[in-house]
Amino acid sequence: MAKRIDVKDLNIFYGAFKAVEDITMTVEPRSVTAFIGPSGCGKSTLLRTFNRMHEVIAGATVEGSVHLDDADIYGANVDPVAVRRTVGMVFQRPNPFPTMTIGDNVAAGLRLNGVKDKKMLAEKVEASLRKANLWDEVKDRLKKPGAGLSGGQQQRLCIARAIAVEPQVLLMDEPCSALDPISTLAIEDLISELKSTYTIVIVTHNMQQAARVSDRTAFFNLAATGKPGRLIEMDDTQKMFSNPTQRTTEDYISGRFG
Amino acid sequence: MSAADLTAGATLKATRPPAPEAGFNHRSRARAVRNHVARVVMWASFAIAMVPLVWILWSVVTKGGALLLDSEWWTHSQRGITNRMVGGGAVHAIEGTLIEALATALMAVPVGVMTAIYLVEYGRGRLASVVSFTVDILTGIPSIVAALFIYAVWVTTFGFQRVGFAVCLALVLLMIPVIVRSTEEMLKLVPNDLREASYALGVPKWKTIAQVVVPTAFSGIVTGILLGLARIMGETAPLLILGPYTKDIATDLFGGLVPTLPTMINQDRTEVLQPAVDRVWGAAMTLILLILLLNIAGRLVSRLGAPKT
Repeated sequence: MAKRIDVKDLNIFYGAFKAVEDITMTVEPRSVTAFIGPSGCGKSTLLRTFNRMHEVIAGATVEGSVHLDDADIYGANVDPVAVRRTVGMVFQRPNPFPTMTIGDNVAAGLRLNGVKDKKMLAEKVEASLRKANLWDEVKDRLKKPGAGLSGGQQQRLCIARAIAVEPQVLLMDEPCSALDPISTLAIEDLISELKSTYTIVIVTHNMQQAARVSDRTAFFNLAATGKPGRLIEMDDTQKMFSNPTQRTTEDYISGRFG
Repeated sequence: MSAADLTAGATLKATRPPAPEAGFNHRSRARAVRNHVARVVMWASFAIAMVPLVWILWSVVTKGGALLLDSEWWTHSQRGITNRMVGGGAVHAIEGTLIEALATALMAVPVGVMTAIYLVEYGRGRLASVVSFTVDILTGIPSIVAALFIYAVWVTTFGFQRVGFAVCLALVLLMIPVIVRSTEEMLKLVPNDLREASYALGVPKWKTIAQVVVPTAFSGIVTGILLGLARIMGETAPLLILGPYTKDIATDLFGGLVPTLPTMINQDRTEVLQPAVDRVWGAAMTLILLILLLNIAGRLVSRLGAPKT
């Protein structure tokens, strides 16, 4: 079910400004890949090209190709909306829909795409909440608004919402940066469980998190401010953190900059 | 400087900073005086601003309030009542005003809300700037100009009669910019996070707007509509130009007769006979009451309907 992501010669632009340059990489299915690097190096920008969210910003464009298994998501007749149903995303700040109850939030992706069968919706909501390790905490208050939950619970709610539409790939943009350590741990555990079903790409500022959670790590960097970000090194996490090939990688990981 | 220099009655020396040993308690006398003066000016301005407001309310309530307590006021029209007679009511005018407001809202709200959605969610480039600019101009149009315009189109060009519907058209022109601006503000307040969360679920843009953005901004939009209504209910110029008054109940928007509270007031404003004068004030009180109720409803909706955060 999970898909592989193949990126080839990808250049990402905001209008005329090239933000990310020459990315060629592969993300293996059913694994967790972490993107690390200093602020502003393009990790989130690259992540957002994987589900065509990048172009939501006015003037933002992309050159090159991104393939999900064998399908180029930037192909000529491809509907970005369809891509986003296959590639889900969880954002940095939890953003449950404020006008919907907890149950409705989880079902939102399905309902807004036309699914009407109440029984099926209820089943999917329960399944997603169980997968997100949130079911026990909210099963008695599915009809209450999502705002009553703590930050960590809200983020797990957003994860449940993202997986309810059964995507193949799950993108996570610094999902734990707004959370306390206990919630962070809960979500990291969740990621380890989810990776058996989904391909997961996680952007993180926290190197220790990347080391804990991911199978492979990609390190990005900028040559200088104002220059586009590049992929410096990508390798198995164990190797990246103990014995990186590039000097800059080693400098970043040991905290000499970043 | 010694302590004696700081006490009341001491003259103020030329500006020399206090000696360091004077400590933190020292406060320059000049500053204290300026503070007092500013405070007095502020309170005086407030009092001056409140005076006309209180005066108006007092006048209207004392002169017109009594009539509202009479149940006849709310159930009867002015049919058959001459200026000498006491009695009759304002139900024709109240109904007329409410019907005008409803018809206007039915036309202005969809156009206004859709325009705001365009400006916030879709508009980029020249067309959006032109639309925004046009709305700004419409905001400033005097009500009599709007009324004159509708007269020119409806009566002179098309040759129709002066009817309630024409009044509604003029009021629509006045209401649309209010709704566009307030809806725009409310839509802009919806955090972009929510739109992105919806797109990331594979929900198309129009559905995101209809099912996520607008419901989140809903109570604010309703408040804007109620406030817009409150504003146009008191507009008199279109009524004078396009809506002939009648003392009878008339609910047909195309019937040619338009009883409303502002024109009821206008009808008898030069009267000296007490019953007529009382009714004028009663109508004024009723109008203020209706507008007040709409404003309160607007605030209640805003507070109760806002998404719990």
